[in-house]
Amino acid sequence: MMLKIKRVPTVVSNFQKEEGEEAARRGGGCGRNCLRSCCIQGAKLPLYAFKRVDKAVNEKGVLQHETTQPPVAFLDSLLLGEWEDRVQRGLFRYDVTACETKVIPGRYGFIAQLNEGRHLKKRPTEFRVDKVLQPFDGNKFNFTKVGQEEVLFQFEASENGEVQFFPDAPVDVENSPSMVAINVSPIEYGHVLLIPRILECLPQRIDRESFLLALDMAVEAGNPYFRLGYNSLGAFATINHLHFQAYYLAVPFPIEKAPTKKITTLDVGVQISELVNYPVRGLVFEGGNSLRDLSDTVSDACICLQNNNIPYNVLIADCGKRIFLLPQCYAEKQALGEVRPELLDTQVNPAVWEISGHMVLKRKKDYEEASEENAWSLLAEVSLSEERFQEVNALIFEAISYNADASGDEAENLLQDADVKPKTHEGVDAINQRSCPTMVTGNQECLVQQ
Amino acid sequence: MEPQLAALIRQSIADRYSLFAPEALADLPDTFTITDPCISGHPIVFASRAFLKMTGYSTHEVLGRNARLFQGPRTSRSSVMEIREAIREERAVEVSIVNYRKDGTPFWMLFRMSPVFGKEDGRVVHFVGVQVPILGRRRRSGVSSCDGDRVSECVFGGSCRREVCSDSLVELGGRVLDLDSADSQGLEIEGPCEANDLEKRIAATAVSNILSVLSHYSESTGRLVCGNRCNLPGPGLLTSSLNISLGRIKQSFVLMDPYLPDVPIVYASDAFLKLTGYSRHEVLGRTWIFLSGPDSDPSVLHQVSPFRLYSFFSSFDLVMMTSKDSSSFWNLLHISPIRNATGKIAYLVGVQNEELCKNQDRQGRTPEMWQLSVVGAVKVAVRSSSMVACSSK
Ligand SMILES: Cc1cc2nc3c(=O)[nH]c(=O)nc-3n(C[C@H](O)[C@H](O)[C@H](O)COP(=O)(O)O)c2cc1C
Ligand SMILES: [Zn+2]
Repeated sequence: MMLKIKRVPTVVSNFQKEEGEEAARRGGGCGRNCLRSCCIQGAKLPLYAFKRVDKAVNEKGVLQHETTQPPVAFLDSLLLGEWEDRVQRGLFRYDVTACETKVIPGRYGFIAQLNEGRHLKKRPTEFRVDKVLQPFDGNKFNFTKVGQEEVLFQFEASENGEVQFFPDAPVDVENSPSMVAINVSPIEYGHVLLIPRILECLPQRIDRESFLLALDMAVEAGNPYFRLGYNSLGAFATINHLHFQAYYLAVPFPIEKAPTKKITTLDVGVQISELVNYPVRGLVFEGGNSLRDLSDTVSDACICLQNNNIPYNVLIADCGKRIFLLPQCYAEKQALGEVRPELLDTQVNPAVWEISGHMVLKRKKDYEEASEENAWSLLAEVSLSEERFQEVNALIFEAISYNADASGDEAENLLQDADVKPKTHEGVDAINQRSCPTMVTGNQECLVQQ
Repeated sequence: MEPQLAALIRQSIADRYSLFAPEALADLPDTFTITDPCISGHPIVFASRAFLKMTGYSTHEVLGRNARLFQGPRTSRSSVMEIREAIREERAVEVSIVNYRKDGTPFWMLFRMSPVFGKEDGRVVHFVGVQVPILGRRRRSGVSSCDGDRVSECVFGGSCRREVCSDSLVELGGRVLDLDSADSQGLEIEGPCEANDLEKRIAATAVSNILSVLSHYSESTGRLVCGNRCNLPGPGLLTSSLNISLGRIKQSFVLMDPYLPDVPIVYASDAFLKLTGYSRHEVLGRTWIFLSGPDSDPSVLHQVSPFRLYSFFSSFDLVMMTSKDSSSFWNLLHISPIRNATGKIAYLVGVQNEELCKNQDRQGRTPEMWQLSVVGAVKVAVRSSSMVACSSK
């Protein structure tokens, strides 16, 4: 038995075909100039190598932080230029800047966009939502199938510690480069996908290195209005190939305005708070003695959630200085038939952007009637209950305090084991027993076929 | 500081206020800075003596720089965001925030900021920021920035409901901890901190003093300023939030309004002014055609009607431009329509490629790519900055 929902998948690439239409065409040069072995030999793509700043704290506890912006925010300008180039080459399915959008009056300023074109021409597909970790399936659409023209650039940490840019760098297949590609169904200007080590075909699942790369990208772009987001499986990721999303929207997101209550500061300097007065319960991570500390803390929390089969979303905001982590249970409620029909009718999939307060609406009616109240009640359905949230927090805190002593590799290995067979120490078990009955924690009786 | 920036900063004050303004401002006892959102990077254009004393910087170390210079690792990001958004929405804001002195010591201060409007067109010409050090640290319940209902007053309501706000803050001020540890060394920097009523009054009084000095000294230039928006920005004028976002874009470009006769320039970047040698007021409101040199094909230029402009220059065209000193130069011009949040075309952007500055390091990118990145940045700025305005209609 498994839990599934039907939804219209978003077309992120021009080479994404209807399920089944993906004919088994193999062998030399598939004619689409893709990233697989058929076409990748000899391919050249721009390469941006960033300087990884591991900021160190001096004896006064004061960071020698950069107080002025770099003369040219290179990544920012590179991304915008390459993206606009794809606009002018007509690679997108619609002009997102022609989609009407507004800030809904109210305390939080939810943002509504009317996007009638995004979901056309696709029929609903079944998605399994009861497993946060699923193996990679090469037969389904994945990012190695995109056309090379959809790739903006390769993105990696520079080896010599300096920012470098090569307009025509050969793709080093052996080293599986990370790539930034356009989303052909953008929800805002500059909508891209960051696909870590694309050729390794990793499933949608956070690991420390990949998360650090996403954080690096936020830091490197240096623009508080360029945010990265992540959806786990079961929390509205549509493609099971490891990726982060990002786009520009120069207004604050409601989640960034929400008040927070500090929970604790870890030894590594990472401060963890809880959102208060926001419809979705979640944690906020900031600070840290180094970027790596912040990154590892958040990734360990994510790894804990995915190993416990708890769907979640992540928002990297404010140039990588604030990270929001939101466990959720909407898809599961939906599969169990517990979501009110009027909410389902809007067809809004509450993924990371929606949860952060940027609502993409498909129907004019919903756009015109959009109110803070409506947005709030939709998001309230996404949130875990207070009780469950506290249980999940207990799991997370256990994981991050435990992993704080373990070296990265060890932690990683432990978690890999855990993935195969969910860790069963008392803490987890006790919590799972008390958990809300609708929460799928791996117990057979919880699984329902729609 | 670059001489060009230094000149802009001098002008920023001199254009608006009489010669005596800097002195009068310097004589005020308050700790404050004035910034100019129209200059790229939104730099400080004036810093008071008390402010310099408090932070340990000298004038030339702060002029021309953005005031985020004083922030550091313990500065709460949500407070920074509150300030960023208040600037974007051109409204007043008051937050407690951790800043750092030049020697690296952090301190809590109450920051109060207010826009200064030009009377003639309602445009924001400057921002005034007052910094009142918070002596002794008062802990609040633990919810950062604001809690419960106060959220709407403090974070989202702007300054109009300040009264409601400060009432509830008095209550909170009751939970005072270690008031005596007033010296900054012993000051606890962790966690939220709230200013008391006195500090709030000091800040409010300072802002109103500064505003009245500014408005007094603006009389003689005939370009009056005031603390409240008197007129809505007229057609063809950009909001300061759009000015700020456009100011971040370093390359040479102009925005033109396709709905006005002759498609006048409504924004010109600093790099454009540098390229052509004109000053901003010589360019704004004029059609860009005046810049084209004698060798440009007049038949092209004269057929240009508002919307046809775009179709003429839809890709990259080489045009001749003339700078103020009458020297002509070839310039790769790229024109693109820019839509606002409603999805309608609001401006045309014309991006020049500084063929003049050939030695400029483009880090391996083609000039076309640089131009496209400007188009992208302008699209984001225009689209986003018109979202809030649209919500009120
Ligand atoms: C007039 C004025 C004075 C300011 N003074 C300070 C200050 O003393 N300390 C500070 O931390 N930020 C100050 N700021 C805020 C920063 O300049 C900046 O606007 C803020 O960090 C948000 O923008 P950012 O996200 O681009 O950094 C001031 C802003 C203005 C407009
Ligand atoms: Zn191929």
